[in-house]
Amino acid sequence: MKILKLFFIFFLIFSFNHLKAENRDIKNKITKNLRCLICQGQSVYDSDSEFANSLKFLVNKKINEGLTEKEIYKYFADKYGEWILYDPTLNKNTYILWLLPLLIFLIGGAIIIKSFIIKK
Amino acid sequence: MKNKILTLTITLIFIMIFVIFYKGLQDTNIYTPETRSNNEIPAFSVQLFYSNEKISSSEIFDLDQFYLLNIWSSWCVPCRQEHSLLMDLAKNKNIKIFGLNYKDKKSNAEIFLKELGNPYEQIIFDIEGVNAIELGAYGVPETFLIFKNKIIKKYIGPLNQNSIKQIKQLIK
Repeated sequence: MKILKLFFIFFLIFSFNHLKAENRDIKNKITKNLRCLICQGQSVYDSDSEFANSLKFLVNKKINEGLTEKEIYKYFADKYGEWILYDPTLNKNTYILWLLPLLIFLIGGAIIIKSFIIKK
Repeated sequence: MKNKILTLTITLIFIMIFVIFYKGLQDTNIYTPETRSNNEIPAFSVQLFYSNEKISSSEIFDLDQFYLLNIWSSWCVPCRQEHSLLMDLAKNKNIKIFGLNYKDKKSNAEIFLKELGNPYEQIIFDIEGVNAIELGAYGVPETFLIFKNKIIKKYIGPLNQNSIKQIKQLIK
């Protein structure tokens, strides 16, 4: 009976551990997608600045409050602007950014086809 | 004919790249943080420095007057420089100065205030730096001018004579 109790306790502890780990995974994912605004070219995840540490703490808090990933991104974008997100949405400021690779790909394809036909 | 198309596409690509780089030249390289569209102060719970009470942020800036929220810390060197300016501004009756103590030790903060004077009506004690993030701040020192629960002006970095002049003009 004692062993069973002990086993139950261990099981409980480990199951909570699992919960915590999942939280950490999503926290890492979110902080990797947030730009550290006072550092240069670093994500919040990579940085150890005061700003980044506070942000990590707040992300953790928001996860525990039950906010989803998207809600957290929106929360920070409302406060600091789109710039804080590493994945900008498509709008009039970013359409070149989004469409240029596609355009270059198409033009490149056209050039290849043309030269292929020429060789034929 | 085919050669023509090739040269045309290549020149087009070059023109496009040129236009993009040319446009990029006109932008400043330094990113200036845009002020967020929603300037209203969000509601969050804050801890007060002296009484350790927990109250809502909406209770602090509730009156119909100008508030200055200064984010400071005892370990921040520029905060020392701007402190005399805040002491001067504290004499002005049109404005209430609030402090936000950012990631600081309480004892050090008290020494700082004893040494340089206390211009703050009330101090928010923000040991994790969370309240500063919730306000949309970047670090210390930073100062917000608040009116009717809205941030109307942000000063990122230490205050100087010019910004004090500007503040005095705004709160007239």
